[in-house]
Formats: sequence, C-alpha cells, structure tokens
Amino acid sequence: MISFNKYYNHFNLLSTILIISSLLLLILKGLNFGIDFKGGTLIELRATDSKINVSSLRDRFKQMDLGDVSVKKFGNDKDFLVKFENKDNKNNIIEEIKSNLDNSFGNTYDFRRVENVGPKVSAELLKSGVIAITLSLALMLIYIWIRFEWQFSLGAILALFHDVIVTLGVFSLFSLEINLSIIAAVLTIVGYSMNDTVVIFDRVRENLRKYSDIKIFELTNISINETLSRTIITSATTLLALLAIYFFGGEILKGFSLAMILGVIFGTYSSIYIANTILVRLKVSQKTILKDDDQK
Amino acid sequence: MLYFSKLRIIFITLFSVLFILIASSNLFKFDDSFFNKKINLGLDLQGGSYLLLEIDNKPVIEKKLQNLTTIIRNYFKEKNIKINNIKIEKQNIFFNVTEKDKQSILDVFRDENSDLNPYYPRFKSHQLEIEDTGLNLKVNFSKQGLIKLKTSSQDQAIEIVRRRVDEVGTNEPNILKRGNNRILVELPGLDDPMRIKSLLGKTANLTFRFVTNDENDRFGIEKLKFENDLDEATVSKRIIISGENLLDAQPKMDTQVNQTVVTFTLDRVGAKRFGKATSTGIGKQLAIVLDGKIISAPVVRDTIASGSGQISGGFTFQSATDLALLLRSGALPAPLEIIEERTVGPDLGQDSINAGMIALAIGFVLVIIFMLVKYKIFGLITNITLIVNLFILLGVLTLFEATLTLPGIAGIILTVGMAVDANVLIFERIKEELKDETNNILAFDGGYTKSRTAILDANITTLLAAIILFFMGSGPVKGFAVTLGVGIFTTLFSVYFIARLFTSVYVARNKDKEKLI
Repeated sequence: MISFNKYYNHFNLLSTILIISSLLLLILKGLNFGIDFKGGTLIELRATDSKINVSSLRDRFKQMDLGDVSVKKFGNDKDFLVKFENKDNKNNIIEEIKSNLDNSFGNTYDFRRVENVGPKVSAELLKSGVIAITLSLALMLIYIWIRFEWQFSLGAILALFHDVIVTLGVFSLFSLEINLSIIAAVLTIVGYSMNDTVVIFDRVRENLRKYSDIKIFELTNISINETLSRTIITSATTLLALLAIYFFGGEILKGFSLAMILGVIFGTYSSIYIANTILVRLKVSQKTILKDDDQK
Repeated sequence: MLYFSKLRIIFITLFSVLFILIASSNLFKFDDSFFNKKINLGLDLQGGSYLLLEIDNKPVIEKKLQNLTTIIRNYFKEKNIKINNIKIEKQNIFFNVTEKDKQSILDVFRDENSDLNPYYPRFKSHQLEIEDTGLNLKVNFSKQGLIKLKTSSQDQAIEIVRRRVDEVGTNEPNILKRGNNRILVELPGLDDPMRIKSLLGKTANLTFRFVTNDENDRFGIEKLKFENDLDEATVSKRIIISGENLLDAQPKMDTQVNQTVVTFTLDRVGAKRFGKATSTGIGKQLAIVLDGKIISAPVVRDTIASGSGQISGGFTFQSATDLALLLRSGALPAPLEIIEERTVGPDLGQDSINAGMIALAIGFVLVIIFMLVKYKIFGLITNITLIVNLFILLGVLTLFEATLTLPGIAGIILTVGMAVDANVLIFERIKEELKDETNNILAFDGGYTKSRTAILDANITTLLAAIILFFMGSGPVKGFAVTLGVGIFTTLFSVYFIARLFTSVYVARNKDKEKLI
C-alpha cells in the first residue's frame, strides 16, 4: 500500500501555489484568445515554393496595411498560419490579399482554410463559452450534491476548480491559443475529473460504512489504494488515446488534445490530493454519512 | 447474473451484427433504396464554406415608419381628427394633438380591434406602442411588433438568398434561419466563396428614374454617384419602374456596339409605365440606379412600348451575368452583412480525415495492446467489446445521419480511451472480491453489482458535460459532443451486454480455476 496520506500537506501547499500562480497569470497576463473569441481573420496557407517563408510572408502582409499581422509556421515548413484583426470587417479582404500575394509569389501557394469572425459573433461565442463552463460546473455541483454529503461535494468542486484553473494557467503561461475546441476540452476535463473523484469518493463512503474505527486520514488512503489500479489504467488508456490525437491527429487538434492531456493529469492528481484532503480537513467520519442515511 | 438466456444471447448477437453492418455500409457505395443512410462529413472534413449573415433591419424599420406616418396622417384626416407636425426621430413617430382629440387618438391605438394598430392576441400586444407625453404623442414599434417585422424580413431575405445560391448552382447548399435576424448558409464542396459572398452582399435594389434639374420636383430629388464614384447626377425620387417589375433578365453580347449588356423583360404594369414614361420623356436622361448608385443614364430616344430593354454600363461578361442573376432573384428587403465565415479547402479536409483516421487507428491499437498486457484473457474480452462498441457507435451515427467533424473524430478516439473504464472498474472489483471469496461465480457477481454505482456516476458526469456542449457549442464542437455523448450509451451497452456475456461464459467454464483474473 502506498502512503499517499503522508504527503497530503505537501501537495495541498503545492496546489495552493499552483492555483494562486495560475490566477495571477490569468489576471496579469491573461489568455491568448484566438479569432473565435477576439474576432479577426485567419488564413492557413500552403506554399509550393520555398521562397515563401515566414519573413517573406511577413513582409508582404506588412505592406498591405492590415494592422497587427501574425505569421507563423503551422506544423511543417510549407504550411503557414496568418492572423490579423480585420478591424473594419471588410468582406472582400481575402480577395485583396490574394491578388497582392499573386503579384509577388505567383501561383505557388494555396489558401487551405479561411476563417473570419466578426466582433459581434466573437463576443457571443466568448459569452456562450463562459456560460457553458459555468453551467457545467453548476450541474456537476448539483449532481454531486444529490449523490453525496456536502463535505464530498465541496471536495469534488474544489478539485474541479483546481483542474480548470491550472489548465488555463498553463495555457496562459505558454501563451497557447484559446479557441472553441479548448472550451470543448475544458468541459470534457470537468466531466473526466468529476468521474475520477466520484469513483474514489464512492469507495470512501463504502469504507466509512464498513469500518467505524479507522480515522478518515487512514481511510482515504485505503480507498485511494483500493481504486488505484483502476485510476492508473483508465488514465493510461485515456492518455494513450489523447497522445495518439496529439501526435497524429493533425495541427488543428493539437491545442485540444494538449488541453485534455493536461486536464487528465491534473484531474487524476486532484482526485487524490485535493478531493480527499478536503474530507480529512472537514473531519468526515462514519457519523457524517450515517446521519444522512438515517434522514433518508 | 451469470445466466444469459438463449433469447438474450440471440438478441445481443443480432443487435451487434446489425450495427456492424450499418457501420460498414459507410465504406461501400451501393445504390440501395432500402438503406441509404450515411454519416455526413462536416464542412471541416469535406471542405466547404460556412457563412453567417446578419440582416441589417434599420432601413426596413425606417421605411416602415415612413409608410406609417402617411397611414396615420390619412387615417385621422378621414376621421376629422386633427394631428400636426408628424415626424420621425430616432425610430419614433412624434405628432402633436389637441387636448380634446387626445383621448380618442389614444383609444384608437389601444383598441384591440383597431384597424390602425394590429393586435396580436397570442402575445397580448399591439404592433405599435403609444406613449402619452402631453400634447406631443410618441409612437413606436412594440417588442412584438419589432419581432414580427424582423421575422418577416428574415423570411423574405432567406427566400432571396436561396434563389441566389441556387442560381450559382452549388451542390446541396444548406440555408437556415438563426435567431430572428440571421441566416446561416453552408456550402459543401465550395472552396472559394468569393462569388457567392459578393452576390449575397448586394441588396440589388433596382430603379429607373429620370435625371432632372428641376429643383421643384414634387417628389423630391437626390444627388447620386455613378458606379465609378467620380461623376454625379441629380435624380428624381419618383420611381418609374423598379426591380419588382422585372420578369426576366439575361446577359447578352450586343454586337452593334460590341459590349456586354443585360437585357430585361417587364411585366404588364411595368411595360405600361415604361412606355408612358419613355413617350413623354424623349430627350431626357433615364438613370438606372442599383443600390443607390447609377449604373448608366442613357438618353431616351424613342418610346419603348415592347416592355423590354437593355442596360449597358461597361460590363464584363461576368459582371453582366451576376447583375442579371441578381435582378432575376429579386431584391433583398434589407442589406446583409457576413459576420462569420469559415472556409476549408477540400484537400485540407481530406488531410484532416486522414490524420483523424491514423490517430484513431494508433490510439485504438495502443489501448488494445495495453489492455491485453494488463489483463490477458479479460483484456481480450475488453478489446472485442471495444471493437464492437466502435462499430455500434458508428452505426448509431449512421442511423441518425449525424455529421462527423474533426473534433467528432477526436470524440470517438477519446471514447475508445475512456470506454475501458467501466470494464476496468468491474474487473478490479472482481479481483478485490476474490481476495476473500473463493467462489469465482460469487466474486464475479459481486464485482458487477458493487461497481455499478461508480460506473453510473462516472458516465453521468461525462454525459452532463456532453449535453452542455451539444447545446452551447457550435459547428465542429457540436460534432464532438455528439460522438462523446452517443459513445457513453454504446459503451454502457457493450459493457453490460457484450462484455458480460463473454465474461460470464469464461467464468462459468473456469469456475474452479484459481487466480481467475
């Protein structure tokens, strides 16, 4: 049996530091919103000529007077991602860019993807993203409230907040782009993290009924160990699937799978080291659940 | 628990086989009227264009208010009620009344059977709201009135958009209403939406009016620019004929002057008015105005009674074709703005499909190997279940003709990773039971019953997340929610029916074996 409980305090401290630094990052540095949430235009361009590169593209776009243009490689040497604000939301901007690029590069490139999101739509998408995440957290809270005693609910929700905040913190730290698929990833993380926590909590509650003489500090450790191989196997297979998406699923899914990978790791960690320590700190005992059982 | 009736086994087998067949039907092309359902590929996978258009209702509202001032003025004139100084300001109509008429005017507006102000009993609201502000009354659209107006201009606009898109001839366009002032246009297989975008960006309001210098023209005059933005002309506001009078319009090469023109045919009313105007206006310039700009202003040389004519204006063949198309399909009630566009080229779509499939295959193989190594025979059972699960998932998506997107493929891969969870929970529980239980069958039973709540909890939480995503997400992300959500149900089915069938057969045959799992 592994003594997870020996490190409860250490990891609680670590989590507190992680959450605080993530929050600081989110407040001070903020998130790198993609065009879905900020509005603007995105062009994915594939070149067939080696004279098209980041700097030559940057030069071209600079002359077009489009404001702040970002040009980046996208996965390999011939694919590029161009993003700019498109403040006036001009509809024929793509045509203008094409004719401009034709002048300098001829027919040696191809627009593989064009996305243009107006300011109204991006504001709506951001709003519905925030609503979706809030709603999912609220629904999880309600669900766990129905299923467990309040001490458990608090533990599970704190673990959820931890996972969401720290994942977003990592995205802020490395300036990774937040787009629609990241919202999908965050929601899935919420589901996954809850799932993981609930499986351990289920066991804690079962053991609370079974053993009246074991203190919660010990009892959580027993429960974690009993469910440990399941935790490891499920996390492992999920991570294997996600790694396959990350490495082979193409550039478009990279951000999504990275967010999910982080979320699964944080989710597994938080189920053990946040959710359970809350039970310990709130001195949950057999009485806690028996009182509830009686009421029912 | 261990016992499966023959009927149940047959049902499970048939069900699985059926879905495997349905899922495989996607791989073959067969012209079968019996079963022709297929998984649709999203625009991000097959390539195509997604356009979200917003109707700018401001001009519609202003025009409507303009009409209303005339109606209100005439209405009260007929009833010998005096109203003065009627004017429009910031989308409100204001007019002055006398103290003695005020109450009767308010009554007319607030009467449920009013013929001036329609009442919508369903919403308990009038079309117009009147506000009592002393002797100066304020009338504007009520909330319901505004909604009615918006939906009606949306209905008209979607019809025109459909006609224009159809005229260009793309395959299977998808044109839908969104809210009460937006139109969604999905154009599969179109990788350059430039032409459609420019066609949809035009209101195509065509009018024929005389050029005039008469400052006292009683219909009023306005200065309009030519298409080249340089020249200007003063044009009467009196409309001789408009786009509504057109029966047909076609591009044509005029060989006499060697340029492309647009020929048009007028309906009876239009032909009559056009004939009259051209007979009285010989020598005058007739301006052809499209969306507030003059295309050309030829001098009338003859009476045109035939009801047909042609527009010249330095067109290329393409621009003449587009103008003819716009005139044929009619004018939009209000200008449209493209507020969101997402276009994916077909080769990127194919690349995404390939990448998604490779990731699925690799993810699948990794999970299968992992489970085999970890659980041996039970791993094999899980793997068989996993494969059948995948087929059932694809089968269900086929039955519903769901749209598969790139995030949707990610959802399938994720389902593969998470689907083993339920089986793992059960197997681990059986292992634990075996620690103090020597009877394999009882341990097996215990494993299934005692793991049930955890499995249910685990899946409900994921399902909740998927449901929210489905309702809040858009486009590709919705596809993810669908595969993730459907995946939960197929997983539960395959775990509790297929995997349990296999496990029970295995346990029954090895009931005395030590170290069962």
